[in-house]
Amino acid sequence: MGPAQQQGNMKKQIRNWWGGLKSLRRYPSLVAGLLIILAFIVASLYAVVAVPYSEAIRLWRGGPGVWDENPKTAKPVWFDFFTTEKLSRTIRVTSQDQGAVHVEPLDDETDLVTIELPFNYDYDTFPRELNLFTDASTSLSASIFWYTPDGRVITIKEDREFRGATETYYISQDSGLITQLGNRLPHLVLFTDPRYEERVLKGDYQMALIAEVPQGGELSAKLVVYGEVQGLAGTDHLRRDIAVALLWGAPIGLIFGVLAAVGTTLITFLLSAVGTWLGGKTDSALQWLTQVNLIIPLLPVLIMFGYLYDRSIWTMLGLVIALNIFGSTMLTNRAMFLQAKESPYIEAAQAYGAKNFRIIFRYLMPRIAPTLLPQLVLIVPSFVFLEATLSVLGLGDPVMPTWGKVIYDGYNEGALYKGLYYWMVEPALLLMLLGIGFSLIGYSLDRIFNPRLRTV
Amino acid sequence: MRQDVIKLGGFVLRRALWLGLALVVAIYLTIIIANMGGALDEIRKTEIRGDVAVSIVMNPANKGLPPSVLQQMIEAELEREFDRLGLNQPFFPKRSFMYLWNAISLQLGRAEYLRSDAGSAQVRLILLERLPTTLVLFATAQLLIFFVSLFAALLLSRRYGSFLDKLVIALAPSSAAPGWFYGLFLILIFAAVLRVLPWGNMIDVPVPEDRALYALSVAKHLILPVTAVTLSNLVGNIYTWRTFFLIYSSEDYVELARAKGLSVRGVDTRYILRPTMPPILTHLLLVLITMWMGQIVLETVFNWPGIGRIFYWATQASDTPVIIGVIVIFGYLLAATVFALDFAYAILDPRVRLGAGAAAR
Repeated sequence: MGPAQQQGNMKKQIRNWWGGLKSLRRYPSLVAGLLIILAFIVASLYAVVAVPYSEAIRLWRGGPGVWDENPKTAKPVWFDFFTTEKLSRTIRVTSQDQGAVHVEPLDDETDLVTIELPFNYDYDTFPRELNLFTDASTSLSASIFWYTPDGRVITIKEDREFRGATETYYISQDSGLITQLGNRLPHLVLFTDPRYEERVLKGDYQMALIAEVPQGGELSAKLVVYGEVQGLAGTDHLRRDIAVALLWGAPIGLIFGVLAAVGTTLITFLLSAVGTWLGGKTDSALQWLTQVNLIIPLLPVLIMFGYLYDRSIWTMLGLVIALNIFGSTMLTNRAMFLQAKESPYIEAAQAYGAKNFRIIFRYLMPRIAPTLLPQLVLIVPSFVFLEATLSVLGLGDPVMPTWGKVIYDGYNEGALYKGLYYWMVEPALLLMLLGIGFSLIGYSLDRIFNPRLRTV
Repeated sequence: MRQDVIKLGGFVLRRALWLGLALVVAIYLTIIIANMGGALDEIRKTEIRGDVAVSIVMNPANKGLPPSVLQQMIEAELEREFDRLGLNQPFFPKRSFMYLWNAISLQLGRAEYLRSDAGSAQVRLILLERLPTTLVLFATAQLLIFFVSLFAALLLSRRYGSFLDKLVIALAPSSAAPGWFYGLFLILIFAAVLRVLPWGNMIDVPVPEDRALYALSVAKHLILPVTAVTLSNLVGNIYTWRTFFLIYSSEDYVELARAKGLSVRGVDTRYILRPTMPPILTHLLLVLITMWMGQIVLETVFNWPGIGRIFYWATQASDTPVIIGVIVIFGYLLAATVFALDFAYAILDPRVRLGAGAAAR
């Protein structure tokens, strides 16, 4: 083959491709579906690169130190667009950065250390919570004061004992302080404008820590004023950033759905081809298994397995494939293969002495293969939703963040009762979008590959 | 005619035996999975061991006895317990068949934690008590979906290419999402935001004394779950069935009937609906099986006091006998569904009961 000819071939190929792409315009739903899935694939790749697998698991497991600076059940930041108020966001002041530390020697052995933690509060809504994180090299006692923009000084705590370690002072939950403030929540009182009821006083605040520290000792402090909104997706009851789960739900949902669909569709396809061609006992055995499988309650068995043995997503994937091989597609495939089996060209192949293997793989399967792709794509959403269903029943993967687990957490924590709609709506919409993407592609492919449906 | 009835009876009997056998195999497989390599027995033995040890050590009568004596008492009691529960026999084949027989005859044992509303610990009683509520929800949704789908599909097949037809095609992907999924949105909209319909459960508290009020209350609670299932199934059903109708309405005999001047209604019911019913029933069977599975989550999300919710509670409370019991009941329900549709199929399609079309299914 000469180079000119090769080039000609290439041109032809490109023209073919281009022609193929242009004909896509006749199927706008196919294009829409492909774009949706492409977006999810890009998001998945980003997730895997930006937050490695082990990191995602560590983040979702949480625990001390991981999400301490996030507010609980905070709404997503884009809630700001829908209100005229400026919703409070989390403010973090540390003695190392914005804060100031003054050290005065008291006597030969101790210093008087003053830590000032200033910040500007410019939001229309109150903060959610107030925590002070301290790190001291020895145990010591400190007094904490609060300076408001209009010059008032409020004593939060006098001579509080701090252990010689990292410690968290939950100011919002300090019952002594709540009593002292007239049975009102500290994070509300400290930010209230005294001239009005229930209005925020904006301006420069400051918290001061005054402690006697033995010489050579260290004291650092960090004040966190938790906001009402946090992150692109909000946070849950364990202060976790829901965005992590939403992002990682994409690759998990895609992989689970696609692997389960490919696995079941291909194995079913192969088995039904072999069964139909060989006929006799093989065929009846497969048919019988399909009948039995119809009566096995798939979801309860999956749940029982997850509950008794292992609920990791990969075990579930394997089990889902195993239980779906003898599903309803076996019946439809069989009907098609039975028809194809009678075709004259199969008879011709037999006449020239083709072996069973050759007939099945070279003649029988290619004939039905066009129906395979729409079948496969159409079944993906049901598997994606199956994973979510398992999670909603509390049998999601124990460590991995998935959309279904976010819905489960939200449901269990009464997100709908408490008006935290974002918590459940976000993962639900993503699930739906992924499902719609595959369905759009599947139904279009069905019309392209299934001429009978196209003509009617 | 009489011949026909005998043939039908024979077919029904054959199918019943066949399905019965399939059910036995399905349940047996479930039991094997549940007790793979005796894992289930081990779990039970460990639990019994813990219970026995606690009951003997905590018994005030045994106070002051030396640990070695206590240990002996525990061992002896354990032996008695294992014997009583048949745990000392090998699993294959005897005990597995024992479990199988127990399951099939619905001797589902005693629940470990859950109780029926009447206070019984019998798994059978717990589940049978919940069966009617499950059936109410399932049947209401089913009947609604079936008849609406049937008439809508027939209507659309007559108006092929109309706006409504295109709308159904466009909305067909909505069936990819299960009922509970739409349920969440419905709860959000109608219970949380608008506060016009109940969050879940089956009846108001306090329960109305009056019969009519009682029915009204149940109906009110049915609206959201039934709508949820309908949303997830209706359009997909209409889409598929409409295609079946289109295929059968382009047959020559239909054209002839129209040419003869038969009424639209007559053509629809006798010439299109009748031959289309068998494929519709086959499709319906698969939809029904999926919906039985969906029932578990639906009941959980809507807090509907049926078998599905009991199943959820059982997994939460680690109540193994109830979990196995629910699977057995679901096996029966699925077999009954398949049988009912087979029966309808045989009545609609004479080829099936004459034996010729049996292979076509």
